Amino acid sequence: MSTTINAIRAGLLRGRIEFRQMVTTPQDLWNNVFPSLIYLVVMFFTRGTTVPGTDFSLGARTLPSLLGMVVVFSGVTTMMMALSVEREDGTLLRAKAVPGGMVGYLVGKMVLVATMTLANVAIILLPSLLFLDGLSVGSLTAWATLLGILVLGMIATLPAGALLGAMLNNPRNSGVVMLPLLGLVAISGIFYPATGFPDWLQTVAYAFPIYWLGLGMRSALLPHEMAAVESAGSWQHLETVGVLGAWAVTGLIVAPIVLRRMARRESGSTVTARRERALRHPA
Amino acid sequence: MASDATSRRPPGDHTIEVRDLRMRYGRTDVLTGVTFSARPGEVVALLGPNGAGKTSTIEILEGFRMRSSGQVKVLGADPARAGEQWRARVGVVLQSWRDHSRWRVRELLDHLALYYRAHLTGPRRPWDVNELITSVGLTDRADERVARLSGGQRRRLDVAIGIVGRPELLFLDEPTVRFDPEARHEFHDLVHELAGDDTTILLTTHDLDEAEKLADRILILAGGTIIADGTADELSRRISTRAEVRWTVGGTRHVHSPADATTFVRDLFRRHDDAVTDLEVRRVSLEDTYMSMVRKFEGGRRDAAVREFEGGAR
Repeated sequence: MSTTINAIRAGLLRGRIEFRQMVTTPQDLWNNVFPSLIYLVVMFFTRGTTVPGTDFSLGARTLPSLLGMVVVFSGVTTMMMALSVEREDGTLLRAKAVPGGMVGYLVGKMVLVATMTLANVAIILLPSLLFLDGLSVGSLTAWATLLGILVLGMIATLPAGALLGAMLNNPRNSGVVMLPLLGLVAISGIFYPATGFPDWLQTVAYAFPIYWLGLGMRSALLPHEMAAVESAGSWQHLETVGVLGAWAVTGLIVAPIVLRRMARRESGSTVTARRERALRHPA
Repeated sequence: MASDATSRRPPGDHTIEVRDLRMRYGRTDVLTGVTFSARPGEVVALLGPNGAGKTSTIEILEGFRMRSSGQVKVLGADPARAGEQWRARVGVVLQSWRDHSRWRVRELLDHLALYYRAHLTGPRRPWDVNELITSVGLTDRADERVARLSGGQRRRLDVAIGIVGRPELLFLDEPTVRFDPEARHEFHDLVHELAGDDTTILLTTHDLDEAEKLADRILILAGGTIIADGTADELSRRISTRAEVRWTVGGTRHVHSPADATTFVRDLFRRHDDAVTDLEVRRVSLEDTYMSMVRKFEGGRRDAAVREFEGGAR
């Protein structure tokens, strides 16, 4: 049996075990599901409000945008926090001490994050279909587009999360990443169309995956007429695939290099030093 | 995966070979030329005061840290460049803290054993996990979450994780730090069992007593180099040639370490006769010499400590 395939198989199993541990640990389950419940409430109360200039439900427009945001949040923050926390507590060093352990660890994390993303998409999407009107979910194209954007979005954001996790040496400093991320959400037209913002701010948003994931998801689930309300007046599929693809390719090239460097630096004494720091300054 | 698959070495060849190993952090030299070797099946203790460079040395050998210079061969390969096939032959006992806290003991060992499956061929097989759990005494905790283990149980799990792939060489860095005496005793028994298994073991400790109990050979590391190398007996004989004489004359207590205690005592009586009371003559033990070196070393007088120790060892 090839040793790499063996490590990947162990990683797939690891992802499954970690997902099971997450759903059977009440605290973890709550932390992961709670935001999705809030989103549901937001959409429920904005279902009657209309998108400016149309008679389309704001809640129904928010749904696909939120799905896009959830992909980014799972991919970037979950991956980042996992790497940062598990580097501190020595999980990564254990992986390094085992043959193929790093491959197994990363595959496991990707499985975990992908499964969590799917679960959260389902938690948000399925109940909303019951109370939101105007979504075009009757066609195969809609679901195929949703799935395509979902997969591309995960490939675009997971490496970015891993990179940030490799650079974030102290999990208690995650605010450094979280605040700008929330800022990006604000300017990316997730909860409200971004067309009212100054041009330069919109340009910033166009450089990051959140905007394009939101747009891609809207193109999947909203009727075609709604494209007119977007900044470009169309769904911009080509641009969406272009930007997300560029993030994916860059991430897949850079992340392994940075992760390898991070792994090389792990040793018993670096973990001990971090442990002592964490015990001196508890969260 | 890089193919560094070295076939099993002929007997008599060394499991570890270190020549003139140097390590420098910024402008501080931690290791200034460490040379030693370990034969297959040998249990070697790297003994030295805190800050002497034991952890740096063992981490370089584990392949977890880059050295500044020197030659290092572990199981026939350079740990800095060795691949996963080499990794499969080496066990590292790490000190757990809160990693894998949600995993259950058996679940974690089962999982980690998977990684060795593709590497172990021939007579070497990973441990049967149930057997392994029994041998480290965790049978009744096998289905417990790791977070709920006591400190001692956790350390036993650390050992189990280190040996699950049946390593040819096992590294233990300060394995009994913060152990209570009972946990220490249990741990020593466990290492003895492993040593009987033909596993080569390199452990670090700052505790001479532990080194004497566990190791076939003791290497004392201080001042960046190995200043003594031998069995506990050899070291005692070499270092305990001097005796210490204590006596009281006219209410004053005296201590002296003469080169020849017999002549010195004869002289003492010639000069003071019956005035000599409370006379004691005893050999300076390895422990005394070592402890006084450690005290000086950790008190910042590093060079003096090493010089004096080596003087005693002449």
